[in-house]
Amino acid sequence: MARTITFQQAINEALAQEMARDETVVVFGEDVVGGSGAPGEDDAWGGVLGVTKGLYPQFPDRVLDTPISESALIGAAAGAAASGLRPVAELMFVDFMGVCLDQIYNQAAKFRYMFGGKAVTPMVVRTMYGAGIRAASQHSQALYPIFTHIPGLKVVVPSTPYDAKGLLIAAIRDDDPVIFLEHKVLYTLEGDVPDEPYALPLGEAEIVREGGDVTVVALGRMVHLASAAAATLAGEGIECEIVDPRTTSPLDLETILESVENTGRLVVVDEANPRCGFAADIVAQVSEQAFGDLKAAPRMVTPPHTPVPFSPVLEDAYVPTPDAIAAVIRETAGSPTPA
Amino acid sequence: MSAVAPPSAGDLTQEQLLEAYRVMRTIREFEERLHREFATGEIPGFVHLYAGEEAIAAGVIAHLRPDDYVASTHRGHGHAIAKGCDVKGMMAEIYGKANGICHGKGGSMHIADLDLGMLGANGIVGGGPPLVCGVGLTAKVKGTDQVAVSFTGDGGSNQGTFLEALNLASAWHLPTVFVVENNGYAEATSSAFHQAGVDVAKRADGFGMPGVVVDGFDFFAVHEVAGEAIERARSGGGPTLVECKVGRYFGHFEGDQQTYRAANEVEDLRRDRDCLNAFARRVTEAGILDREALDAIDRSVATLVEEAVTEAKASPDPTPADVLTDVYVSY
Repeated sequence: MARTITFQQAINEALAQEMARDETVVVFGEDVVGGSGAPGEDDAWGGVLGVTKGLYPQFPDRVLDTPISESALIGAAAGAAASGLRPVAELMFVDFMGVCLDQIYNQAAKFRYMFGGKAVTPMVVRTMYGAGIRAASQHSQALYPIFTHIPGLKVVVPSTPYDAKGLLIAAIRDDDPVIFLEHKVLYTLEGDVPDEPYALPLGEAEIVREGGDVTVVALGRMVHLASAAAATLAGEGIECEIVDPRTTSPLDLETILESVENTGRLVVVDEANPRCGFAADIVAQVSEQAFGDLKAAPRMVTPPHTPVPFSPVLEDAYVPTPDAIAAVIRETAGSPTPA
Repeated sequence: MSAVAPPSAGDLTQEQLLEAYRVMRTIREFEERLHREFATGEIPGFVHLYAGEEAIAAGVIAHLRPDDYVASTHRGHGHAIAKGCDVKGMMAEIYGKANGICHGKGGSMHIADLDLGMLGANGIVGGGPPLVCGVGLTAKVKGTDQVAVSFTGDGGSNQGTFLEALNLASAWHLPTVFVVENNGYAEATSSAFHQAGVDVAKRADGFGMPGVVVDGFDFFAVHEVAGEAIERARSGGGPTLVECKVGRYFGHFEGDQQTYRAANEVEDLRRDRDCLNAFARRVTEAGILDREALDAIDRSVATLVEEAVTEAKASPDPTPADVLTDVYVSY
């Protein structure tokens, strides 16, 4: 039975249900319990934003706080995965990948391949990404293109509570390492979510809105901003087809190509920086494989190629807005800007 | 009656001693042979040889069960052999062949066999210690009495990963042992410089675990110290840091001219400190094993390594299509 819960609750529920189903699922990270060894209440924090709150009382032996040692904890996830557990490690902010990346891309991502197929590494790294809460340059980045660049990793960027639950369950059950990116602004987003466990396949895009004029590819929080732009444009007679790939690795390029075949026009909306990024990758692949279908140059809507700024005025200018997205879609559709 | 009691071999059985000697001799033969074969140019890439340090791999891993784990280093052939990896499969892997232990995908620096608890040699200095924390967690969560051992060089002991792993292992009270093989050089930089001459084992105190220094050329000393550490881990006593002082007989990698070393350094080590000579002397003088038993092992190991090289050279290469297997490819 579906009921309305938040994105954050959907993630919590996925973790709890998988831990109940499978005793090899463990959750650890910095303050995922929050309060270990301290005199106050157990489970005081349940994650820095409370996403894992309530798991520790249910599974006291399988939810563990760690020292602030990202290399050790991510490496521990890789070692645990290679030896029989299904760890879900929390990297509090994706911005902290810099201190532990070796354990992700040289260790976990490569075990299966460089050991000749004789290893599985069923680990998930849950991590928070994105701008919008005035967290400044080192706590606001959208770094999924870096993970997408690494063979052997799967990369999930959910946009709704329904997808968050189903994709996290799929990620936990997957035998490859999965980086699962949660946009911090989406945690309070509500949506209908079935209460029973379910897995959504990794590598299957969702057509969020159907339309015949312009294909708009968007991920994570950008799906919602693109949807707002599409609603405005519908009033002007421009019908957008919004495709949410949901995972950047594996990528459902088929669905994107089929949509472009219909519309002949492509706009990619991406919160990551533009150079060598997700939007650039989609534009390149569509240009290479569907050039004959295109009626206009593919376009990217991204932040500028700068760090994420702090001041509210600056951060708001950094993140793509529905207005900015709509403007690029209008240009692509060949429509005049309304007065 | 002799004034000095003959050296004993501890409480090791004859069978255990023969096995220890076989492991050390296999490693030595494997590495000496690779040293010669590498010079012919037939081996792709580069290799880091373990010769000189055999007593550590043999002395530590003698205490491990097949379901215990080790995480190794770029100098990993010795640990792999001691953990039971197939010698012919390893040689074929080093030659990049399809029937190598990793099907030619890994090479010298990534030899692994998860079924035997060999979590892999590792091309990243300091890459392994965090991994054994994860294995220790697996044992703890599953309620088994498995133990995970990480090997790290003196160079690796200066990586943050090593120090983070010691702390996490202590905080989580994990069944782990961290073995530092201090061969005196981080690549070409002396440990007298890079660790300011301070024993790595002293760092254990800062992480609330025992730290022990042991002579890494002495199989019996390593065996005793490692036995205590592994038993402590297995019985729920938490991690131990063991620093083995040792020396390597070859360069950091094959081709290293070793101009940073003293002229007679290796010659002196081979003459005065060699672990195989010391082992043989001790067990024969104590009257526990006779020379013929050791010679028989030498002969069988020589045959094994000869066959391994011959068969590896004659083995098929992988096919180009194999590039795309053992990983999901979505692009």
